[in-house]
Amino acid sequence: MKKVTIKYFAIFRDHAGLEEETIEVDSVTALDLFEFTQDRHGLKEPFGQCKVAINDEMAEWSSILNDGDVVLLFPPVAGG
Amino acid sequence: MFEVSDKIIDVKKLRSSIENPKSGGVCIFEGWVRNQNEGRNVKQLEYEVYKPLAVIEGKKIIDEAKNHFLFLEAVCSHRSGLLNIGDCAVWVGVSSKHRDEAFKACRFIIDEIKIRLPIWKKEYYLDGDSGWVNCERCANV
Repeated sequence: MKKVTIKYFAIFRDHAGLEEETIEVDSVTALDLFEFTQDRHGLKEPFGQCKVAINDEMAEWSSILNDGDVVLLFPPVAGG
Repeated sequence: MFEVSDKIIDVKKLRSSIENPKSGGVCIFEGWVRNQNEGRNVKQLEYEVYKPLAVIEGKKIIDEAKNHFLFLEAVCSHRSGLLNIGDCAVWVGVSSKHRDEAFKACRFIIDEIKIRLPIWKKEYYLDGDSGWVNCERCANV
């Protein structure tokens, strides 16, 4: 188990009903964690349309999580 | 230069920042808030921006454009916060010796900004409803 902080943005924050949470998880990768949050909060957006950042750096879904990481979950973006 | 601002975009100031005596022209793209989207009447838009990463990624995009195209100056400014119809939401300006490089670089920068930056757009409709652009259809799958 590792303790990670998850931050939610835009529609993810609306679904989760919170901006961030720090929890203990057994997720190995960022994608594992995303799937965990999908179940936990009913997030329906497919990961292929979303992005993830770890400790304020853009990351791959295959990135390995470490204890203390801050994981930012980004729903489909819409700049411009 | 790339910036995110919660203030009205000062297009005159940005335009002057890309002036260069070596340039033969500039290409400017302004994205405006329009009053309709996908058949719905839009009243206002709200941009949510995760600024720490948006600024880093925005600067990266301009650096990448420098590696691809021979321009002289490039600047981009993106709004955050609540915008009204007709407001400028994003401004991209590129000056270059010749027009082709300015057009290509400007197109590259705005295209990459739309798909890479952690920016989300919430539309507020005249009927009182609201929704996150690019997300509502996902949620209905």
